[in-house]
Amino acid sequence: MPELSYREAVRDALSQAMRRDDDVFVMGEDIAEMGGSMGVTAGMLDEFGPERIRNTPISEMAIVGAGIGAAMQGMRPVVEVMYEDFLTVSMEQIVNQAAKHRYMSGGQLKVPLTIRTQGGAGWSPGAQHAQQVEAWFVHVPGLKVVFASTPADVRGLLWSAIYDDNPVIFFEHRTLYGLKEEVPDELEGIPIGVGRTHREGSDVTVVATGRLVHEALQAAEQAEPEGVSVEVWDPRTLQPLDVDGLVASVKKTNRVVVAHEAVTRGGFGAEIAAVVGEQAFDWLDAPVERVGARFAPLPFAPVMEEYVVPHAADVLEAIRRTVARG
Amino acid sequence: MAKVERKRTLSEQRLRTFLREMLLIRRFEEKVEERFRAGELPGFLHVAIGQEGVAVGVCQALDDGDVFASTHRAHGHTLARGTHPNAVMAELYGKLEGCSHGYGGSMHLYDVERGNLGANAVVGGGLPAITGAALAFKLRGEPRVAVAFFGDGATNIGTFHEALNLAQLWQVPAVFVLEDNRWAESTPESQHSPIRDLSKRAEAFGMKVMRADGQDVEEVHRVAQRALKHARDGKGPVFLHVQTERLVGHYIGDPQVYRDKDELHELQETRDPITLLREKLGVSDEELEEADREVQELVDASVEFAKAGTDPRPEDALNNIYA
Repeated sequence: MPELSYREAVRDALSQAMRRDDDVFVMGEDIAEMGGSMGVTAGMLDEFGPERIRNTPISEMAIVGAGIGAAMQGMRPVVEVMYEDFLTVSMEQIVNQAAKHRYMSGGQLKVPLTIRTQGGAGWSPGAQHAQQVEAWFVHVPGLKVVFASTPADVRGLLWSAIYDDNPVIFFEHRTLYGLKEEVPDELEGIPIGVGRTHREGSDVTVVATGRLVHEALQAAEQAEPEGVSVEVWDPRTLQPLDVDGLVASVKKTNRVVVAHEAVTRGGFGAEIAAVVGEQAFDWLDAPVERVGARFAPLPFAPVMEEYVVPHAADVLEAIRRTVARG
Repeated sequence: MAKVERKRTLSEQRLRTFLREMLLIRRFEEKVEERFRAGELPGFLHVAIGQEGVAVGVCQALDDGDVFASTHRAHGHTLARGTHPNAVMAELYGKLEGCSHGYGGSMHLYDVERGNLGANAVVGGGLPAITGAALAFKLRGEPRVAVAFFGDGATNIGTFHEALNLAQLWQVPAVFVLEDNRWAESTPESQHSPIRDLSKRAEAFGMKVMRADGQDVEEVHRVAQRALKHARDGKGPVFLHVQTERLVGHYIGDPQVYRDKDELHELQETRDPITLLREKLGVSDEELEEADREVQELVDASVEFAKAGTDPRPEDALNNIYA
């Protein structure tokens, strides 16, 4: 099995889809010669040329909207929005157009569009280049939302997103691009709507996304000497959510911590907590603990940034809190 | 008159068809007003009375395979493209037989088979997708054109500028049809734009501009054919600036307190595209009455069809969210 970085894994999925299928093309800001702000599409211009690796103006509404139009004509565009923060600029096109054309047309249209984007703190970009806004999109019927945390997942899920007939908002995490993992020899799609158990455990389930999956795995190691067996489960896709996988884990461990880098309030963890409350209340031995960013914009100064976003230590504390509740 | 004769390229027969199509839209819209006031139609309705020449002139110039995006004022475009009045009326009544199967309504009429990619209730919201559809045609080497309708109000929103910029940059086969009725809802152009000639906005992107008087359906059609050919031949997008008149309020029931009534009355007298074509063709009262009777029957029948249509089940609301 080859080992790929998260960045290479994204590139591999894009490239394989483009080799296989003329209807797949990529557009976004600085993605051609420069290879994208995160280097994800580096080298793809040479292989596929400027018609299919399209540099765009700084026009998020038009880039997303053009993707919608091409998708409605049966192509499978992949649009790169450089930072999640810039999704806010294209929000109208995503929420009112991409998500609703199928519905408003009474099922006549489909919009097989993938919008790739990335974000994440830890490098002091300040308040407009590292937010985690994935929860916003889970609130919109018609969209699918994916947030992959490892190279194998990002590769298989991106493949599925490209070949999904619905608009998919595909979140990548900036600090994971260098992370390596063995991936299957043959690229196979990972079904959208199926979570992944990263670590089996019997006392607490940590439901984590993105970077926090890795922080949770560290916290789980640290909890072990304390005699606490932690399961780490990544939903991988936020919409649709693998409710069965979630509930099965909760019924096994009876305690839940949710962990994401996004602001806690109104974050995806709140939805997880609600689903657990509705579907596994009788199995819970303690309230669901939430780990997320403090309720502040991302600050610039490194000490403040580190304070605002959660780390393994915060997950470990939440694990201890839930275990301490009798 | 001599000038008109020289320019005429369409057969009288074709123009009579246009007259009938415009009459159909007019009578349909009048019926919509009537049924709305009778309390039969839910929602929010905008009629295209006065702008029939733009819809018919452009839509009659489209080829099979061309696509378009419409606006909140969509009945005219949809009928002009050949969607049956029954399907449009049924949509306004929220029936499964409607052209959007009851999921869209007046502001979201779709008919994908006829290239109607949807009427959009967000001003300017449909323009970027037209650039994208045209990009798909270009990438696949298909001789198709994507057309966006929008009003002067839309030229102030970001999607307009971004979509035109991208279309011109990438030289995609798109035609952007500005239906310039000089009103953004109740706000006159003088209060919404610092320039009077809105085609300058397209010129700023280097885009080819063509102009037509929207009250002259023959002229609209002729210029639309040129615009579509230009785009189809790979010469890049066209901005088709059509001056037109909204001879009614923004929505049904709009008291138009913002509008000079004498001026409106004069426009109704002098700038009605149906009257103008009728006079140009010398159509007799009898001939007009016959055409009118025929379309009125179609429109009346569409109401009967719609009322007899199938109501969706409440839980049908959960269909068509995902493909």
